[in-house]
Amino acid sequence: MPRDINRNEVQRLIANGAQLVEVLPPEEYNEAHLPGAINIHLKKLDAQTVQQLDPTRPIITYCHDFQ
Amino acid sequence: MSSRAAWRLESLGFSPVYRYVAGKRDWFAFGLPMEGEFASIPKAIDVIRRNVPTCYLTDNVSEVYKRCQEVGWQVCLVVNEANIVLGRLRGDAWKVNPDTPIEAVMENGPTTFRPDNFLEPLTKRMQEKKVGSVIITNSDGVLMGVLYRKDAEERLSQEPSPPERA
Repeated sequence: MPRDINRNEVQRLIANGAQLVEVLPPEEYNEAHLPGAINIHLKKLDAQTVQQLDPTRPIITYCHDFQ
Repeated sequence: MSSRAAWRLESLGFSPVYRYVAGKRDWFAFGLPMEGEFASIPKAIDVIRRNVPTCYLTDNVSEVYKRCQEVGWQVCLVVNEANIVLGRLRGDAWKVNPDTPIEAVMENGPTTFRPDNFLEPLTKRMQEKKVGSVIITNSDGVLMGVLYRKDAEERLSQEPSPPERA
């Protein structure tokens, strides 16, 4: 079950190797995203697009805010 | 959206999966680094003065005024132990009985802005409102500094215009 986390936990997990995934459309990702984040738009999230992710590392998803 | 994405990733076999609920708006408003086209656009955090005098609710006006004079500031921000901005002292607030507690004379809840606010629209707003400076706090309300309009105008005079922010 995915767990909700805050900013401090994000920083801690990134420091320990977690992957950031921004799930907004590419144009919004291109404007501004967290350092090192990968963009996979929610509408494109499938078995093929997730191949760029490392299955051995934790994943953190985010969008604008509490959407 | 990020919640559904987290569940979808889990259904695709990934674990553990987390959801940063406050998202990138929270990240940037906290003054943390940004990548992308907007990263190079001047923001409030780029020109704030961080050495702002601060005081606590329980201080008295005379000692705080003296401290501000020593460092050449006419403004003092009232904070708590966590450096959260609670109020501001300026102008006529200094003219009261010197033994008056700060809490009795401070301006409560002054308007604050975030470090990721684009400098150009913020400066235009300051010009329109004839405001010489604004307080910059992160998304938790922690003081980061003060943005002076003249500093912002000087910086913008060296920069191309930014695009409209969504």
